[in-house]
Amino acid sequence: MDMPTPDAAILNKKAEIVRRLSAVLPADAVIHDPAETRAYECDALTAYRCPPLCAVLPANTEEVSEVLKICHEMDVPVVPRGSGTSLAGGALPTADSVILGVAKMAEVLEVNYSDRFIRVQTGRTNLSVSGAVEADGFFYAPDPSSQLACAIAGNIAMNSGGAHCLKYGVTTNNLLGVKMVLMDGTVVDVGGAHMDAAGLDLLGVICGSEGQLGVVTEATLRIQPKPEGALPILVGYDSNEVAGQCVSDIIHSGILPVAIEFMDRPCIEATEAFAKAGYPMCESLLIIEVEGSDDEIRDQLDRIRAIAERHNPVELRVAADKDQAARIWLGRKSAFGAMGQINDYMCLDGTIPVTELPYVLRRIGELSKEYGLGVGNVFHAGDGNLHPLILYNANKPGDLEKCEAFGADILRLCVEAGGCLTGEHGVGIEKRDLMDTQFAPDDLEAQMTVKDVFDPKWLLNPAKVFPLYSTEKRRSNPPQVS
Amino acid sequence: MHNPTTEAELAEAIATAKGPLAICGGGTRPIGRPVTGDTLSTAGLSGITLYEPGALTLVAKAGTPMAEIEAALDAENQMLAFEPMDHRTLLGTTGTPTIGGVVATNASGPRRVAASGACRDALLGVRYVDGQGAIVKNGGRVMKNVTGYDLTKLMAGSYGTLGVLSEVSLKVLPKPETSQTLVFDGLALSDAVAAMTKALNSPYEVSGAALHQLDAGNTALAHLGQKTCLRVEGFEKSVTYRIEKLRKLLADFGDAQVLEHDASTALWADIKSVSVFRTHDAVTQISITPSAAADIADCLWQTLGADLVMDWGGGRMWFGMTTSHAEAAADQFGADDPYTADKAYGLIHGVLQHMLSPEIMAHGAPAGSGHATLIKAPTATRTNVSVFQPQSDAVSTLTKALRAKFDPRGILNPGLMN
Repeated sequence: MDMPTPDAAILNKKAEIVRRLSAVLPADAVIHDPAETRAYECDALTAYRCPPLCAVLPANTEEVSEVLKICHEMDVPVVPRGSGTSLAGGALPTADSVILGVAKMAEVLEVNYSDRFIRVQTGRTNLSVSGAVEADGFFYAPDPSSQLACAIAGNIAMNSGGAHCLKYGVTTNNLLGVKMVLMDGTVVDVGGAHMDAAGLDLLGVICGSEGQLGVVTEATLRIQPKPEGALPILVGYDSNEVAGQCVSDIIHSGILPVAIEFMDRPCIEATEAFAKAGYPMCESLLIIEVEGSDDEIRDQLDRIRAIAERHNPVELRVAADKDQAARIWLGRKSAFGAMGQINDYMCLDGTIPVTELPYVLRRIGELSKEYGLGVGNVFHAGDGNLHPLILYNANKPGDLEKCEAFGADILRLCVEAGGCLTGEHGVGIEKRDLMDTQFAPDDLEAQMTVKDVFDPKWLLNPAKVFPLYSTEKRRSNPPQVS
Repeated sequence: MHNPTTEAELAEAIATAKGPLAICGGGTRPIGRPVTGDTLSTAGLSGITLYEPGALTLVAKAGTPMAEIEAALDAENQMLAFEPMDHRTLLGTTGTPTIGGVVATNASGPRRVAASGACRDALLGVRYVDGQGAIVKNGGRVMKNVTGYDLTKLMAGSYGTLGVLSEVSLKVLPKPETSQTLVFDGLALSDAVAAMTKALNSPYEVSGAALHQLDAGNTALAHLGQKTCLRVEGFEKSVTYRIEKLRKLLADFGDAQVLEHDASTALWADIKSVSVFRTHDAVTQISITPSAAADIADCLWQTLGADLVMDWGGGRMWFGMTTSHAEAAADQFGADDPYTADKAYGLIHGVLQHMLSPEIMAHGAPAGSGHATLIKAPTATRTNVSVFQPQSDAVSTLTKALRAKFDPRGILNPGLMN
């Protein structure tokens, strides 16, 4: 993975940069000792590391604005960071960059049930947003599996999803407004607590822009009333084709489950060995969850059972209560940990049309044999968002490179099947150089012109999202801004 | 008049255009400041390119008639969850509404209030031609996609001012088995909003919450009974259960009537098309935090007048104006600025926009956030007022700069959103 060569001129003025940043922030909010900046050298894509020039932890929008003004004036790249849980390297620094962490900004600013929204500072974790409204019967719908740790800032940057997207959508569908600081320090409010844009839908393009357009310091989020209850059904099949067809039939039948999760044999075996959830040993396993009152849940589960039985399952378990539901979810929730017990793994995130599931899973199996690397599939089947986990040995020379090549092949396969490179993790550095398999030069140019507008000097998170070669001119010859 | 039948012809027409272009699909939604220019119609780009009911996705060329899309979805018992409005009834237009027009105006109906959201939320991908004739694709046809910037949402509701859509890709949903509606008669405005809020905050999945005036053919609507309508959709047993729960929950608001499937469906078709204002001369649509809705209406009624219906649980208000409202505002004009009805409509719309400006909302009685758009008005009015809510300097600067990038020659529906 190439990253741009650090700018020697910036490295040489570190002392001055630190001095100026320290003038606008409290002493403990500027971290520049190399022993301490190491804490910011990577995110959850740990294969790539590079300590930043320094890190700052502003406590409010005004401080963020002051920091950005200074960096803008001094032409210093800035890498925004939420909780550092990105699997795509979205918060990976370069040696000549300032990490801007929002961790100190974690307050709830307003809860409004009449208008069904919550306004928070974006350093707040995803789960604690729901936590703030839970006692009153509400929740914030997007639920990425890192929700205990991940920050709303990162959710907005990557347009994070979760297991319940089929019904409730992803971050962009639940984001009503933001307060954002542009690279030159300008503070801009986009959207509000009402629905839809007054003019152009700037909020729509800000969400998912991977911290390249501005630093979002406050967010207004839509909250929903909690359902009366929810229960899952577990179904096992002897072939991925049949399981895929079952998913398609359920969706087509008029039922809209809140979640349809899919695990294949390698994943089932690993989780059984690890969590002993009592899963059947079969080729593929579906966990389908529905919501409503007791009667409504029973009615929907009966309908799903009828469809599932038509495809001759090897196992079918309907949860009768919360305990049984917890057992069904146990294996799925420990799947990543279980795979991690076997070996190091790389988690991919491509999305495909649901109808292409059997073909894509078969091809992944074939590629696995060709590369000689194991792969387990555990993913959100309702929306076609795959999470192949490729097993490799980080200590074995050449294994990481082989794993990355395998991963790239899987992602190309997703694009070829009518899907995309990333469904909810983001491009970051990880998929940056594959972008031109999905997009033509004009498609990428259109996206890059948006960055030209928001960040004309290309200083915010500059070496991400777009293939390096395509951004080189913009990064090295920033236009003169008056 | 340009009438391309392929994306390549569309690109050619834009690349070689010598002056401004007035972009249209079926021409049924003349919203915004009137545009002078050569007409460029996308009606010739027509047809469903892909429909996979098992994957809940539909891809269609921009000029595909809505009727064709709805028929295809109907055959599979599916629907566009955002319930797009057909503007013909309200605006008195004729022609064939197209999916491109729906997306370009982000036209969403009553079900926008449910988890499935607006048109922009169902939009998975677009293909469009920018102001220089370059063909661009963004997004795709899968439900979860964060690959690159989301220009798809930026295109939704951009009224053809950033690019001309050639193809759109949408998430569809199963059509509910049945629907029922709970109707409360004659609630005061603040009670109506309170009832809708209580219903939307319940776990019973209300998919429509509107304050409706029954259409009596344009006579003194204000004297007609107001109906507060709450819709529940799904499987029959479930709908019956949830309607009963809601009725108990809302017992304090009085007795409610239940409309069964057919009557319920007819009512929401009426609400969706805002047909009640079809003979009104001017109509402003407001998106607002529901808790500020009643205050906004009161403020307007204390100074000037307009008829009102609501949707989205009070989150959307429609103010309808007739000549009697215009005349009531006549004393606001003087010798140097003589009264005309066209000007009076603009004045009422301007008052609504003023009340919704962030400075007023941050400190005034209607505290919240929102914006107002003049959906219907005489050409003279639309030419002379801000049809869309004026934006802050920072947002306005970004908007202008984006337009300059997407359409550097300023030829795509120039001025329409100014």
